[in-house]
Amino acid sequence: MSQMPRLDESPAPSPSPSSSASPASSPASSPEPSRRRGSLGRRWWVAGLGIAALVVIVLAPLASSDPDGLESVAEEQGWLATALDPVYRIIPDYTVPGLDGNLSSIVAGLIGVAIVFGLVFGLGWLMRRRRPA
Amino acid sequence: MPLAAILGTLTGPATEPSMHAPDGFMSVPVAASMWALTIIVLAIAVQRTNRTLDERSIPLMGVLAAFIFAAQMFNFQVVGGTSGHLLGGVLAAVLLGPWAATLVMACVIAVQALVFQDGGLVVLGANIFNMGVIGTMGGYAVYRAIAGAFGGEGRARIPAAGIAAWLAVVMAATAVSFELAISGTTSLEVTLPIMVGLHVLIGVGEALITMAALAFIAATRPDLLELRPEERTPPLTPSEA
Repeated sequence: MSQMPRLDESPAPSPSPSSSASPASSPASSPEPSRRRGSLGRRWWVAGLGIAALVVIVLAPLASSDPDGLESVAEEQGWLATALDPVYRIIPDYTVPGLDGNLSSIVAGLIGVAIVFGLVFGLGWLMRRRRPA
Repeated sequence: MPLAAILGTLTGPATEPSMHAPDGFMSVPVAASMWALTIIVLAIAVQRTNRTLDERSIPLMGVLAAFIFAAQMFNFQVVGGTSGHLLGGVLAAVLLGPWAATLVMACVIAVQALVFQDGGLVVLGANIFNMGVIGTMGGYAVYRAIAGAFGGEGRARIPAAGIAAWLAVVMAATAVSFELAISGTTSLEVTLPIMVGLHVLIGVGEALITMAALAFIAATRPDLLELRPEERTPPLTPSEA
């Protein structure tokens, strides 16, 4: 893979909340190799997290509550009852105990987005291969 | 947003992602075997990712994990009172390569089980394998084969990913059916046709979301499509680049 010297900052684990209102730096408008930066600049990964959060906020309340493929088959064939209860419950069924309806799903989803991002980012950071400068 | 309001009242807020088997669906020997298989794959994935993961991919890994988690909460209606949702393995593998993608999927599925009680703990190995490994390994192989046959990733990326994503869901449903049958929970003749039949439809949603996400990335940040480590490189390339 072509390693162009990069100008933008290396990703830091703390998202700066002041990811200014300036319009996003021109996304490489052509896939021309010389334009490749090949990194999620901080603004971009904050934007990516924003998209994930938006998916939770907009779509989670619209999600179908019908049983999913596996569950509906289990129900239809009469072995749904073989399911055991979880040994403990933290945020069961993507609902935060004590909150109602959509808000509960949204908060649960945002918590999940944060945990998953942090976990994977941390794991990646532990495994990273430093690029030669 | 009146449409959202209408849909909201129609479907209600409950979200329960699919194909996450709860404990009890599979026998302990099957669950244990799947755990063993998954641990082996994850060990290889850690080793391979350790060697090839470019620092620049790390935020993308995190964002993809967050997106896949969020998207998995969205169950879309398929047919006859049944829903399905994105798995995301092919999407992750196309962007990150199969090994890093496997780790991303394993993290998402583990958090779903550990924090959200979505999917059991005894069957977590099976769930990771079915939803994570099959899509990232099998789906990715299909993706490469199709893209290669139709003029390479540059030209065929999005359709190839769509087909691979669809097939990955069907393969996952097939694997679940076999695990259930071997567990003695149900019989293969009864379950396999229904599971596959439903997931043939659910897979269409998977394909559409995967293609839309890749098209979005291609339009906004095409450089991210080039981050994936080349799996053809010889094992030791510390001086690469």
